[in-house]
Amino acid sequence: MNHSNQFSDLLQFVFMGIQRGSIYALVAMGFNIIYNATGVINFAQGEFVVLGGLIMVSMTTMLHVPIVVAFFLSTLVVMIAGVIMERFTINPVKEPGILRLIIITIAVSILLKGIAMCIWGKDSYHMDHFSGDTPFEIFGATILPQTLWIIGILVIIVFFFILFFNHTMIGKSMRACAINRDAARLVGINDRLAVMYSFAISAGIGAIAGIIITPIIQMDYGRGALLGLKGFGAAVVGGLGNSIGAVVAGIILGVIEALGAGYISSHYMDAIALLILLIVLFLRPSGIMGSSEASRLKDF
Amino acid sequence: MGTKDYLGIIWFSIILVVTPFIIGNDYYIGILVFAAFNCLSCIGLSLLMGYAGQISLGHAAFLGIGAYSSALLTVKMGWSPWLAIVLGIILAVIMALVIGIPSLRLKGHYLAMATLGFGSIIHIVTVAAVDFTGGPAGISQIPTLNIFGFPINSDVKYYAFIWIIVVIGLFFALNIIHSRSGRALRAIHGSEDAAGSSGIHTSRYKIRIFVISAIYSSIAGSFYAHYVNYIDPGPFGIMHSVLLVTMVAVGGMHKVWGAVIGSILLSVLPEILSTISEVVEGYGIEYKPDYDTLIYGSILLAIMLFLPGGIFQGVGDGFKRLKKLFTRKTSSAV
Repeated sequence: MNHSNQFSDLLQFVFMGIQRGSIYALVAMGFNIIYNATGVINFAQGEFVVLGGLIMVSMTTMLHVPIVVAFFLSTLVVMIAGVIMERFTINPVKEPGILRLIIITIAVSILLKGIAMCIWGKDSYHMDHFSGDTPFEIFGATILPQTLWIIGILVIIVFFFILFFNHTMIGKSMRACAINRDAARLVGINDRLAVMYSFAISAGIGAIAGIIITPIIQMDYGRGALLGLKGFGAAVVGGLGNSIGAVVAGIILGVIEALGAGYISSHYMDAIALLILLIVLFLRPSGIMGSSEASRLKDF
Repeated sequence: MGTKDYLGIIWFSIILVVTPFIIGNDYYIGILVFAAFNCLSCIGLSLLMGYAGQISLGHAAFLGIGAYSSALLTVKMGWSPWLAIVLGIILAVIMALVIGIPSLRLKGHYLAMATLGFGSIIHIVTVAAVDFTGGPAGISQIPTLNIFGFPINSDVKYYAFIWIIVVIGLFFALNIIHSRSGRALRAIHGSEDAAGSSGIHTSRYKIRIFVISAIYSSIAGSFYAHYVNYIDPGPFGIMHSVLLVTMVAVGGMHKVWGAVIGSILLSVLPEILSTISEVVEGYGIEYKPDYDTLIYGSILLAIMLFLPGGIFQGVGDGFKRLKKLFTRKTSSAV
């Protein structure tokens, strides 16, 4: 009896970890797409997540838009925000030093946070689960339908992601830019356009992450920094630039975090993922899935 | 240090001495004391950003280390504040080495990420370790400072004291820049490979400057704790780290003077804005502290897009252009 209790506890923590980890994975994918296109870490990534969640809340609870429509509309709005960010702050920079671009993304993140606070205030917003909140029971542990939605949407996004980057012209040209921008330009790829696409896609994925997690964590304007940071942790652990690595790392990070919260201390839950980020950064900056040779070529 | 810098320090000191007589209001002097803490941190940070080309998003954590060392050691263990400050510095140095050595050995901006993670961890610990740091309730009754038996117990006294410290810090920073280390750092900023091939131990210099910048923040944190007599985790979070970076970048990250100007400007800005809002309140425009974030973000973005050298350099260039215009006019007249 005692054993089965322990097992169901463990399973419960793992479910919780996968749920959070999927979000980190999505945020990490967003980081990677922009990193591959520009060599810059977009510090505003976390704000895309917040915007996605908050816009979704407003659409469903105030405007009573059906969930499916609101889902796509919110994603679209945030994607437009991403494109605006790229067109007005990244694209016009004539001599793009990495340090300057990083500070620009920090500025945008402060700005977006300020805008979110002016529009939605400091309250945290509740949103209904997509399909009820009666949990299923599996081996004594419970799993929310929303968790299944999160995992399912992650799988769908990864599927489309692979399809997009391997089988469409835009995706292929973006990959070419990521590998060598000058060479890509030589064969006629518009590299600046590729950067714009990368911001659109990255903002879109961030928004989706925000939309699907909001029913569980209740979104407020200030959540972007920590979500972004943990997503970044996943990106580093998975090997910066490697999106499939990021997905795996994100889920691992989420599970470790949930186990740490369950067995060690819930107060230090947020610190656990960050500690892993630091350890990986110090011991293996190329990430657990990235090759160290490839990472040496990347100048970040 | 060049003649210009000596002159700059003299002018700056004169302005500092005259200012309290002009404003003569304890509340505003208090704000300038807060500006001094930011200024001290930003001087250190500008050495790192402007001369080593690295960015730290965790400097508020070093402030926190200084502040909490001072608070804990003086309140709970009854140490002398000065000894506590020294221990805070030692702790900050150790932390900076732990973070700096692994991440600065790598090329690129890994330090930004490492410090961001480090800063959040320190903030989480200050909130969660309730037995040790007092948690969100913080630590109160931190004693005021004494210098040779003179208590620094009023805003004006603290103003004088802290700005003397800042000027000394400024003096040190300007000296570092014009030393062998400073030249080495500028070479690294220009090209790490070229600097390395001409015999500069690049990572050692970067680590050294990071440690120095951490010391500046730790000292600022200690003095902050002794000024407000009460600390809680609030001001040592990521937002403050980002704000410090904003101050340095707005002032101009390639000059220490830029950091001085940027930090003072942005520290008093909310005050200026709320004063203006009181004036225009009648017209239906009201300024709320909530807008601070928005305004800081817009200013930083505008500066980075249009004046990447910062306000300091921007004003300097403006003057030069004016001068040129003027001289051209006179020469054509002759």
